This record gives sequence, C-alpha cells and structure tokens, in this order.
Amino acid sequence: MSILQNPLGIHGTALKLREQRTAILASNIANVDTPNYKARDIDFSSVMAATKGHNMSTSHGRHIGASNYQGLHGENMIKYRMPNSASLDGNTVESNTENSLFTENSLRYQATSTFLNSKIKGVMSALRGE
Amino acid sequence: MSMLSALKISSSAMTAQMVRMNTTASNLANMDVVGSTADEAYRAKKPIFKTVMENNTLNNFEASVKVNGIYVSDRVNTQRYDPQNPAASDDGYVFMSNVNSIEEMVDMTNASRSYQTNVEVMNATKKMMMSTLQLGK
Repeated sequence: MSILQNPLGIHGTALKLREQRTAILASNIANVDTPNYKARDIDFSSVMAATKGHNMSTSHGRHIGASNYQGLHGENMIKYRMPNSASLDGNTVESNTENSLFTENSLRYQATSTFLNSKIKGVMSALRGE
Repeated sequence: MSMLSALKISSSAMTAQMVRMNTTASNLANMDVVGSTADEAYRAKKPIFKTVMENNTLNNFEASVKVNGIYVSDRVNTQRYDPQNPAASDDGYVFMSNVNSIEEMVDMTNASRSYQTNVEVMNATKKMMMSTLQLGK
C-alpha cells in the first residue's frame, strides 16, 4: 500500500532541495568577482536527514500528512565554504569548485527527476491495471 | 521556484559583467586621450560589485549581484613633454590618461570568462527545468 500512500517517496523532497541548492551554487558563481562575498553551500545529506526529523504529526489515522519539507530554515543549514586559498578581496568563491559542484548537482537533479518519473509511471500503470 | 531565481541570479551577474566589459572598453578606447590639465585627462573607470541578499525567509539563500556605482581611478595622470601637441600646456607638457592597458586586458578576460560561466549556468538550469516539466509524460 505504501506506493499509494506516499507515491513519490523521498524524491519530491530531494528534488526541491536540489533545486534550492542550484540557486545557492548559482549565487556563488554569480558573485565570483564581488569583493567580500563568502561562498555558501548546504550539506545535502544532513539537510535531508533533518527533514525526516521534522515530520508534522497527525492526530488521526485519516489525516493527510503534510509535506515534511518546509524549506531551508535558518542560517544553520546553509554553511560557508572553506576556501583552498585566500584571496586579497575577501572573496571565497573558487570557480573550479563551484562549477564542478554545480555540474554534480544538476546531474543528481536529473537523476532524481528520472526516479520521480518512473514512480509516476509506476503508479499510473498500477491505476490503469492493464 | 528556486529554478527561476537561479536564472535571475545568473542574469544579474551577466548584467554586472557586461557593465565591467563596457568600462574596460571605454578605458581602452580612451587610453591615448591627452589633456592640458590633470582634470581634463581621462581617468580609468571601474565598476564596484555588490551582493544583493534576499532577506525573505523562504529564499534567504539567494544572492544576486548589482553594480553599486562606478569608481574613478585616482592614480596620478603622468605628464609627457610634447610641445608640438595642440593640447600642451604653456611649459610644453600634456597629461596622459591613467589607464593601465595590462590591467584592462586582464579585466576584460576575467569579465568574459565570468560571463560565459553564467551563460553555462543558465543553460544547465534551463535543461533541469525542462526535464521537470516533462515529468509524467
């Protein structure tokens, strides 16, 4: 029954988080020449773990559970990146790091989106029962 | 919709880099402009970039760029002895612009690289959005 109770599983949350990480990494890349800008990022696995802990409780078996992911609350989830070398203008963006992480993030986003697609197709074929 | 804001952030960076490119073009174009006084001579212009943080709790992780003004270089305008020049002062000197061509070339390369990177980011983001729009089809 779990596929019909929570058909998309964890992938919906993961996709949303990947999307927000895209914006964070795009911010870093955009500010590569801004003095005193500090590169930021999230630790994906710890944020994912935190979203599981904050499940909204339901007091009745027939309540529909709300999405447990509420967004990147607070600065404690967003961390500053430690640069490999210091720069004179106080900027900590290293374009190689940011570019590779951006590529990695977008690949993982595509992967999650493929998983979601398969889930949706699975549910659709189960509903049709053909 | 973080994807749309990623596009917005990249476009803000492209605008800023374009301003930097334009100041570099002005500086290189006016490199050989001379004046009779230090005030008349051309002074190099540089954009000042500033981060714009979103302070809404839903998107406080987004940071775009803006050009916070143009800084005019206060490096000394060197004088050159050139009495034949119509712009020469009474004692025969003209004031050169204070543009450093090497600095400008480095700036230009940097600006165009950053611009390209942001174009790549936009393309990647667009692909990601398209794949999401195709979900379930």
